[in-house]
Amino acid sequence: MSGSDEERPTPPLAQPDEEAASAAGRLAVKHRAGGLIVPVLTALIAFLIGGLVVLATGHNPLLAYRDIFNGAGLNWIFHPTTDIANTAAYNLSQTLLQTTTLILCGLAVAFAFRCGMFNIGGQGQYFIGLYVANWLGWSFSGMAPLPHILIAVVGATLAGAAWAGIAGVMKATVGAHEVISTIMLNWIAIWVGEWLFGDGGPLQNAANKTVPISNDVADSAKLPVFWGQQELQGLHIGFFVAIAALVVFSLILNRTTLGYEVRAVGFNPDAAAYGGISVRKNLVRAMAISGAFAGLAGALDMLGYLYHFGQSDIPVSSVGFLGIAVALLGRNTAVGVGLASLLFGALLFGTTHGLNSNVIAPDLAGNLTYIIQGLVVLFVGADVLILSVWGWRKRIRPKAKPAGTAEAAA
Amino acid sequence: MSDELVLEMRGIRKEFPGVLANDDVDLDIRQGEVHALLGENGAGKSTLMNILYGLYRHDAGEIFVHGKPVSFGSARDAIQAGIGMVHQHFMLIPVMTVAENIVLGIEPRDKIFLDEDAAQSRVRELSEQFGLAVDPAALVSSITVGQEQRVEILKALYRGADILILDEPTAVLTPQEAGELFGIIRSLKAEGKSIIFISHKLNEVLEIADRITVLRRGRKIETVPREGATEASLARAMVGREVLLRVEKPPATVGDVLLSVKDLEVVDERGIPMVRGVSFDVRAGEIVGVAGVDGNGQTELIEAITGLGRMDGGSITVAGHTVHARSPRAMLDAGVGHIPEDRQRRGLVLEFSIGENVALHDYAKEPDSKWGWLFPARMIDRARRLIKEFDVRGGGPETRAGGLSGGNQQKVVVAREVDRDPKVLIAAQPTRGLDVGAIEFLHRRLVSERDEGRAILLVSLELDEILSLSDRILVIYEGEIVGEHTGEVSEHEIGLEMLGAGKTTEAA
Repeated sequence: MSGSDEERPTPPLAQPDEEAASAAGRLAVKHRAGGLIVPVLTALIAFLIGGLVVLATGHNPLLAYRDIFNGAGLNWIFHPTTDIANTAAYNLSQTLLQTTTLILCGLAVAFAFRCGMFNIGGQGQYFIGLYVANWLGWSFSGMAPLPHILIAVVGATLAGAAWAGIAGVMKATVGAHEVISTIMLNWIAIWVGEWLFGDGGPLQNAANKTVPISNDVADSAKLPVFWGQQELQGLHIGFFVAIAALVVFSLILNRTTLGYEVRAVGFNPDAAAYGGISVRKNLVRAMAISGAFAGLAGALDMLGYLYHFGQSDIPVSSVGFLGIAVALLGRNTAVGVGLASLLFGALLFGTTHGLNSNVIAPDLAGNLTYIIQGLVVLFVGADVLILSVWGWRKRIRPKAKPAGTAEAAA
Repeated sequence: MSDELVLEMRGIRKEFPGVLANDDVDLDIRQGEVHALLGENGAGKSTLMNILYGLYRHDAGEIFVHGKPVSFGSARDAIQAGIGMVHQHFMLIPVMTVAENIVLGIEPRDKIFLDEDAAQSRVRELSEQFGLAVDPAALVSSITVGQEQRVEILKALYRGADILILDEPTAVLTPQEAGELFGIIRSLKAEGKSIIFISHKLNEVLEIADRITVLRRGRKIETVPREGATEASLARAMVGREVLLRVEKPPATVGDVLLSVKDLEVVDERGIPMVRGVSFDVRAGEIVGVAGVDGNGQTELIEAITGLGRMDGGSITVAGHTVHARSPRAMLDAGVGHIPEDRQRRGLVLEFSIGENVALHDYAKEPDSKWGWLFPARMIDRARRLIKEFDVRGGGPETRAGGLSGGNQQKVVVAREVDRDPKVLIAAQPTRGLDVGAIEFLHRRLVSERDEGRAILLVSLELDEILSLSDRILVIYEGEIVGEHTGEVSEHEIGLEMLGAGKTTEAA
């Protein structure tokens, strides 16, 4: 293009002419505009539909959401207090406990996603972390707390990494799709757990051979609780580890050569290979790092408040799957994952144990989390749909501003 | 050609978010004329035609067909009004026959089933009437690209088109096939059809068009008859300034052999040999062009040299060192730069900023990083310098590469490769899809890199480009080098060698 007398349109935009370029260009504009809009709209629509379900049961959805809000302890913000006897404070501490796990499970999905892979195996990697943390947690009783905790946390994290790494190696070597292999690995992790904690299993407790449950971790391996009481599921320092993990995630991706490679492979493996980046190495490594986040989640839960685990706990746990919704809603960014974790953490606790409501039936409330989770996954998968809804809204408005003013505000 | 207007577009305006693609464009087409629509990429040609064909809705303006105002909501409406379009990328079903593809959607039926005989005879009639030789019973998967294009044209004619839009029809053809296409266009014209010929190639437009409309940045600049138009005048109208069409090229000062390829063999995944015993040298300070029809082993040759693809035999020596390790990294470190043929798939990470793209090979070295820690500010500094040096327009160091136009994307690729100071530079289709202004820039840059003492291997499907830039020309056919030329050589001679030295590729 020449520098002639005409005014150029806003610079960083695609040429609108050739069909492909125009589609790509418009999509780019929409993605930039959609940076915040899509997740917020997604969540709003999900809550709206959830509200319609509540309405269908003959209850007032606004009151129901108010009760869930209070149940999650989010009303603490109006009367902040550190006194754990206060209901709002207690509820909030429990919400943050859920948030801790969700952040790490969300990062486990998000990291692989940034390398172009869909890690459905967060649940299995989380289980492996739980098992290893439990084993290391009671094996070295009598050790000083700091080394004991470190051994258990690092061991569980590495185990999660290795578990996910299997799927990475399979993809890099024989091209096995990670969605299939991580789902398979989930089942293996589940049945390994059934065996470990079952009758006569290696991790079944020593005291009572009739219950399929593990030993409790030693006191030296328990994470310090900083809000609440250890016996009452207080909020442990793992919360800060999760916050730190968000920062580490962001730094690795944006400020290290490793993250550069991950993003290059994730966006365009052909161009990455052309750039001299080993795509296979990155697939394995990114999967392992993903698994490390999930394994760490398992370690913090085990050493932070569960302390033991049994056969009957296995089918109940779904936090690893919830990590998928967290990552999708959070658009695979650190800040997004943090906020989405808080949202889902609040839903998890606010619709179950925290809920004290005569507006909404408890069995419906508990399932509301899963309804909203499902809708979020559905909508994020269809973000093009949401963007076109957004587009219609623009079109309905009378006359757009003259040419040259991009709608991209971001 | 009569003066009767079959089509008028008045004051067409189309706006995409942030960009005005068509601004008050007028176009009128006479009965039986070939009307060229000329413009750079991004000038608004395809948008205008997609509006005419009912694919886009215009924001303002009117369209008249045979004097009657029309409003097309879809391609179906346009087809009913007698407008046909042959897209750049053909939309044929490979497992069906030529006749089946042509009648698809409006098949002659024998009760409820397709009447294959009727379909074939209808197609045969049409193909004889307009001189488009195709075998109606052949499977589309077995015919050449040139024949596929004829099938697309027949498809439009079968649907009753008397205004035919051809979108960059010669982009996929050999010179010989392009010649045949021009013959077809002339016979269509003789039958009274009107043809809109979209192109950014000046010589073609001057050869085939009766009148030429030039678009620039969404506006109509002029409509001129072919008589009196010259390449220079059209280029000026397209670009908005004087353009140097000839590549200024001082004689080469040749030095040592920097790239030596010996007995290279590449077998593809199906076991078919794609490169067969190719040997050649490229010396410092020379441009060696590889001419050939697409799919004769060029891609495999380049991917072997750059470490991206397979190599099943032979050796590659860069500046005296035989490179044994087979990886892109080994070749990059040996001093091979590569402008890939597909800049969007290979050459750039479109979601990355220009700064990140410029660091694609060296992100793991200083100054971009140290001990694994990245310094984005340094990438941005380098990108800022290169943007200035290479006159990249449309954004700054932090702009996404995907947001740039094709020409500017290619400048980013070339800037990155040249800035690494490679001994050998492999340029694969460096100007594909670019407009005259960008082509001029890139050609001059390649020549100046040659004069810096790099060994340049130029692989292109554009014979003009090979002829005007190369100091030496190799012709590749079915994976073998079948000809080598230094000095003056005619387009015709090379064209014949590209087709296997007179062997015909048309097996129909």
